Order: sequence, then structure tokens, then C-alpha cells
Amino acid sequence: MKFQLTEEPINVTDVMNKVIQREAGAVTLFVGTVRELTNGKKTLYLIYEAYEEMAVKKIAQIGREIQEKWAGADVAITHRTGKLDISDIAVVIAVSTPHRKDAYEANRYAIERIKEIVPIWKKEHWENGEEWVGNQLETVRYQSGRPGEGI
Amino acid sequence: MIKILYFASLKEKTKLESEQMEAAGKTIAELRTLLMERHPIKLDGVMTAVNEEFTDEETVLNDGDTVAFIPPVSGG
Repeated sequence: MKFQLTEEPINVTDVMNKVIQREAGAVTLFVGTVRELTNGKKTLYLIYEAYEEMAVKKIAQIGREIQEKWAGADVAITHRTGKLDISDIAVVIAVSTPHRKDAYEANRYAIERIKEIVPIWKKEHWENGEEWVGNQLETVRYQSGRPGEGI
Repeated sequence: MIKILYFASLKEKTKLESEQMEAAGKTIAELRTLLMERHPIKLDGVMTAVNEEFTDEETVLNDGDTVAFIPPVSGG
């Protein structure tokens, strides 16, 4: 499965191996990890919650968008859910392409799209409280109830 | 009947993961208003998915649909 969620620790090499192909000249890996300090506030741990069926569909959609935009690209994405400690790996994105420039660009596209359309939520637990990120501060708002279509 | 799913902050505020409701024929906008009267939640700025695809306010619900309210996402 090239697009999946897991409650277990993610093995980076396993994700990379899913996109190895004879046509590829480059593989880029993005590894998202849990940061301890955000604006001076110390995170103790995070909880990731997902609308699992839809999240897997949307991650696979990102893979298709990349293959339409970058010829010859192959993509694998694994996102973790559940409780994560500082420095744990939250997401791994692997992209292989014939040439390195495309692999970098397509990988960047994938993480930005995850932050737009994949129904996964992060709850920060601090020393003095907890908060669902992206909600209380209302820093992200949608006009029509539908995010951008990407392509 | 339609099924409504709540996640993240909405799940905590409604104290529900899901609920069933007679809402066939209503639009998403109408359902939204109804649910904000019933629960202590704000659904402004929250995305909506019907049967696992994003949709808009004018979409009319059919019997058997699953509606999910999707607060701003924060994966990655």
C-alpha cells in the first residue's frame, strides 16, 4: 500500500522502497517530526486523529495529482496517528522521478497538499494545557466549505 | 436517515463521534444551522464532506449519506 495511515512507528526505508523504480534517477524523502518548541511553548506530546477512510483517499488523490503534474513520478506517503512524542516521525513522503528537480518539487507539493486537504488533526499537549491546532485560533478559514482543487 | 461524523474539537464539544438524523432533502447549509442549534458548536469555517468527498453548502442530502464536518486540518 503506497498510501496509508498507521498507529505504529514509521520505517523511513520501507516508505522509500515503495517508489524505487528503474526509470528513477532521484528519490526525495520528507520526514515530518514532532517539534518540541512552537513560539516558545513547550510541547510534551501530540495526538493525531484522522477520518481514516477519507484521509487515505485524499492522500492517494495527492499521489495522482503528482503523477499528472510530474511525468514518471512515483509517490508513497505514510502518516502516523495516535500519540507521538517529541522527535517521533509523524509523516514520511517519498517521491521518485527520472530527474532530481522534479523529485524535490513534487515532494514539496505533497506536504503542502496534506496540510490543505487531508482530514487529520493534531492536538498539542503542553505543560499547562491542550489545544486542537488549526481550530481555536481560527487562522485557517474556508469560504465555500471546500478546499482548493490543486490542479 | 443520514449519518453525521464529528472529529477533533467538534467531537469533544458534542461528546459524540457520530449521530443519525432524518435530514434527507435538506442542504448542507440547513443541516449546519440545525446542528448548531442542537449542540454547543460553531460550524462556520468548517469544511464538509459527503460520503468522503468535499462538498459545498448547496449540496442536497440523500437518504443513507454520511456527512462529516471537518475542522481546519493540521496533519503533516
